Amino acid sequence: MAADATPSPGGKHVGQRLKRREDPALIRGQGTFIDDVRLPGMLHLAFKRSDVAHGRIVRVDTSAARAMPGVRLVATGADLQGVLPSVPVITPFPYPDHPAVTPDKVRYVGEPVALVVAEDRYQAQDAVEAIEVTIEDLPAVVDAETALRGEPALLHEGFANNVALRIISGTGVTEAAGTQDPEAVDNRELDAAFETAEVVISQRMVNPRIAPSAIETRGVVAQYEATRPYLTIWSTTQRPHAHRRFLAAALGLGEHQARTIAPEMGGGFGAKKIYGEDFVAAALSKQLGAPIKWIEDRSEAFLTTTHARDVIGQIELAAKRDGTVTALKARLVADIGAYEMLLTAFIPTLTHGLLSGGYAIPVIRSELIEVFTNKMPTDAYRGAGMPEAIFFVERSMELLARELGMDPAEVRRKNFIRPEQFPYKTAAGNEYDSGEYERLLDATLELAGWEEMRAEQAAARAAGRLVGLGMSFYIELCAIGPSTMFPDGGWEHGSVTVERDGRITATTGASAHGQGHETSFAQVLADQFGIEPETITLLHGDTAVAKQGVGTVASRSLVVGGTALLMAGSKVKAKMTRFAAQLLEAREEEIEFANGEVGVAGGGKLSFEEVASYAYAPQQLPAGTEPGLSEEAFWEPPGMTFPYGCYIAQVEVDRETGEVALQRFVGVDDCGTIVNPLIVEGQIHGGIAQGIGPALTEELRYDEHGQLLTGSFMDYAIPRASDLPRFELGVTVTPSPLNPLGAKGTGEAGTIGATPAVVNAVVDALSELGVRHVDPALHPEKVWRLIRGGER
Amino acid sequence: MSEKVPVEVRVNGELRSAAVEPRLLLVHFLREELGLTGTHVGCDTSQCGACTVLIDGRSAKSCTVFAVQAAGSAVTTIEGLAEGEALHPIQEGFWEEHGLQCGYCTPGMIMAAASLLKENPDPSETEIRSGLDGNLCRCTGYQHIVNAIARAAQQG
Amino acid sequence: MIPAAFDYRRAKTIDEALALIGETAEEARFLAGGHSLIPLMKLRFSQPDRLVDIMHVPGLAGIWERNGQVGIGATTRYVELERSRILQDVLPVVAEAAGEIGDPQVRHRGTIGGSLAHADPAADLPAVMVALDAFLDIVGPQGRRRVQAEDFFQGFFTVDLAEGELITEMRMLPRRTAAYAKLHQKASHFALVGVAAALEIEAGNGADGVCRGARVAVTGLSTHAQRLRGVEASLIGERLEEEVIRAAAERAPEGIEEVNDDLHGSAEYRREMAKVFAARAIRRAAARA
Repeated sequence: MAADATPSPGGKHVGQRLKRREDPALIRGQGTFIDDVRLPGMLHLAFKRSDVAHGRIVRVDTSAARAMPGVRLVATGADLQGVLPSVPVITPFPYPDHPAVTPDKVRYVGEPVALVVAEDRYQAQDAVEAIEVTIEDLPAVVDAETALRGEPALLHEGFANNVALRIISGTGVTEAAGTQDPEAVDNRELDAAFETAEVVISQRMVNPRIAPSAIETRGVVAQYEATRPYLTIWSTTQRPHAHRRFLAAALGLGEHQARTIAPEMGGGFGAKKIYGEDFVAAALSKQLGAPIKWIEDRSEAFLTTTHARDVIGQIELAAKRDGTVTALKARLVADIGAYEMLLTAFIPTLTHGLLSGGYAIPVIRSELIEVFTNKMPTDAYRGAGMPEAIFFVERSMELLARELGMDPAEVRRKNFIRPEQFPYKTAAGNEYDSGEYERLLDATLELAGWEEMRAEQAAARAAGRLVGLGMSFYIELCAIGPSTMFPDGGWEHGSVTVERDGRITATTGASAHGQGHETSFAQVLADQFGIEPETITLLHGDTAVAKQGVGTVASRSLVVGGTALLMAGSKVKAKMTRFAAQLLEAREEEIEFANGEVGVAGGGKLSFEEVASYAYAPQQLPAGTEPGLSEEAFWEPPGMTFPYGCYIAQVEVDRETGEVALQRFVGVDDCGTIVNPLIVEGQIHGGIAQGIGPALTEELRYDEHGQLLTGSFMDYAIPRASDLPRFELGVTVTPSPLNPLGAKGTGEAGTIGATPAVVNAVVDALSELGVRHVDPALHPEKVWRLIRGGER
Repeated sequence: MSEKVPVEVRVNGELRSAAVEPRLLLVHFLREELGLTGTHVGCDTSQCGACTVLIDGRSAKSCTVFAVQAAGSAVTTIEGLAEGEALHPIQEGFWEEHGLQCGYCTPGMIMAAASLLKENPDPSETEIRSGLDGNLCRCTGYQHIVNAIARAAQQG
Repeated sequence: MIPAAFDYRRAKTIDEALALIGETAEEARFLAGGHSLIPLMKLRFSQPDRLVDIMHVPGLAGIWERNGQVGIGATTRYVELERSRILQDVLPVVAEAAGEIGDPQVRHRGTIGGSLAHADPAADLPAVMVALDAFLDIVGPQGRRRVQAEDFFQGFFTVDLAEGELITEMRMLPRRTAAYAKLHQKASHFALVGVAAALEIEAGNGADGVCRGARVAVTGLSTHAQRLRGVEASLIGERLEEEVIRAAAERAPEGIEEVNDDLHGSAEYRREMAKVFAARAIRRAAARA
């Protein structure tokens, strides 16, 4: 079975730069995105949102709105109490209630307080403008560290000092998932490591709050049919099956009475899962007996699509003078915003697990405090807890190199987990699957021309220019599973049907939105069956089509979803083998799949159509075999995969303005087996851009009243083409032993690794001015102040 | 609400008319009135460029133009770029070079590129990048988009 | 984001445009390229009852040289300024500044008259017009009048334009030795600070390279585009050597009040950047001598 399920990386299609099968429709403008879904009689929903960060609703006057043309319904949070369930959260820890439309208190700017349903979008917006809300202000809680003292206010009853969760993990903690009881922690090993350290690095570092910023905003179209009863809901969700589960429950339906369709989706990056607006649309469709559509504005998206990161770390590293790191200690304060969304509390807990980076650090301890503030909740965003960890570790390694006067590459080399140590259980608790870190580091140094870069930098500096080089070595944690590791299930589902004409229809629970599954999964199946990808169609993103699924999150699609598909495929192949053996009067062991045929080497051959048409109308069933060729499989990985890579950035800082020009970006990534290099490159490129953004420009900023100052693309800068250099990239391939493909995942790699590389480069550029550390985003004025401080 | 007024716009070579509110944005006219949903909306402050179309041959953000302003003009949308089955060289380039992932910014990106290449048929990489200053992509990191446009320029 | 309802009229002549604005008691606005107005309307910060589209008025767009002056029609789009051979030859600063505005799509639609009338404190062209000592021709119910650009910009989104008045044309003298330098706000591409410098530089007579006249104007620094008189004074009568330029640029913040201060740049930073970009604009202008 295992051998059968393994398409070799040198297979005919796996490893090829196959053009994407998704593209012909998209490049013609023929994709169907959420706002393209139109149903007869459809009504339009719009929200009145709080413009106050923290306060009590005194009055919501909807009388003028009700009288406006085309308006079918105006409702306040109070009107909807009992009609709508609360926004769902998946967490083992206590969390506050989060109404989809708040009836009493507002806790962030943008929180829905009332809504309008009208015949068209323009009328709905007009009526929203006519709703008058009176709110009695409460002090806004905007600073996480102040919030921890319970000041200036408490957000939720039952959460003293605004603390959502406090958890201690790592060395000296017996529970793998960490403990909430400081008394249960054994500090002896940690204390000894720092007492005997020859060098200690200590630095406070901040990961700014950022906006995922998929170019398509969120949206939903809900259609409730009372007579069946049945809910069909189109939504921008990366997790259609979880969406269906929560939406069905919201309307008091069973999962068998609901269908979620994720149409083509304009990016997700972790932020598009399950939101209160979807509940509202579904409930109102039921109430009004008409389909309801809601499309988020970009202004709303900045306020109300989940934010990310916003973690302050106090990082301490103990080391020997030869560069060997002996311990790492982290105190993390995560500002999670006003409520919890689906995985809000879970995401910061992922940081601990990667605090070992690529290094054999024997002692690792973290304390994480999650705190409520009057801001939009945070949740998963590309990297989800991992960019924070790698930023902390890689900034620390750079600080250590500087402290010791070592080449940053050599400090890293000194501490790498060595190939023979895999599988390697880190002191942070994760078991890394495989890796050849030093080989990849050397490949990166060679690709970059590290020595030449250093020489050119020295020459530029001698000429008075502020040129800096920065390095990062990242580890990514992928394919979250098995289910013990992921609170909502660690498997994926796939099905393979050989149709009567011999063509294949496959389904996957991993709902793609730009990742190219229809192409790469078809490549995998084509090699498994010895056929061409053109004869395979992959369907996804519809719970009525893909029977079960977890979703496209956590860089797990190919690893977990691809393997599930292979498992289903091998069941179908087994049946085809039995039918073919019977038809060819051969032994099953003799049957081979090659060149689109099934048969015996040097003997009789059958087309897929011949086998299939017999399988669907068998004149004589092989013993113990059902007719038909359709199988499904769930696959749960035995453990997680850990791709890795090394990035080198070169920047030049304008001494007069503080502007940072990113001149070169060089990197080598290892994501195990590569099915489609074109798609992997695309993932890496996009990931890198999303890591460069928060290093240089991306930062959500709230003022002291909890007003979002960066609420549009006029004020929040995601990278443009002209902000980026041409990336110079290479790969090494170290297959994962944990799945038959040997794949590791690659979706988040670039984002995790790029931020510290760029920040390290800027700090390096400024080092001659005595700058030791600076937190992103590296806005020109921030950098200019450092330069001016250094020149004085 | 203001009176609807008649507008006549030549869209993808065909004269299209409708009675619209003066405040109807061109992008909504194209999407809602004409069903040309290839033109997307990604922001509300004229930054992202997902709504880019050609008005009288030049790229414009159709979210920042009223349909009534376009009356009498020729508008080309992504749907009007290919000639039947044959893809436009820029579309071909995007496919060949993997210039798209989710595909949402793609129509606007392609229309911006069409305008760029019309004005500058042989752009340098720097010119391609600055020619895309009005378009945001969150998936690709732009490198494959730049490759796609460079390829189209060569083919063109 | 959906604008509030309004009624739309398209004018075929200037007189018709003035009449269409004048006949309504409600708030009426001229509409040119719309790239300043429509974004505000979508956010409902601006809710006019009537828009009078002037883009189809013949003669309002264009760039011409006449009687030793350069004229630019109000509805001339940025892209036309950027590409104009006339401007590239005799007023390269205008083409240069236009090419720095927003992005290609914005430059394809936005107009010079629209930009000046709107007077965003961070817009590029107001500083250029002030530095070039341009005149604005304005027509309104009371007839025609001329205003110097310097007097036209009065404050935060405030200009010398009465209700019902329309800018028709900008006029200025050719000046090759003028340049614009800008620090981009990374998200919006507006000017965090932008400086336009227009210099008269002596040639021949043994006084080669001596600055005989200087007008330097800044945008992004304060409520509206303003002259940097201290900088100008330090340049006049001097040879434009590096120390002179630096010393002059140091005076950029002099006399500028209500300096902008926001998340993209503090007042202190903007003052310093005014110095940096004044020097850059002057150097570039001098290099065109």
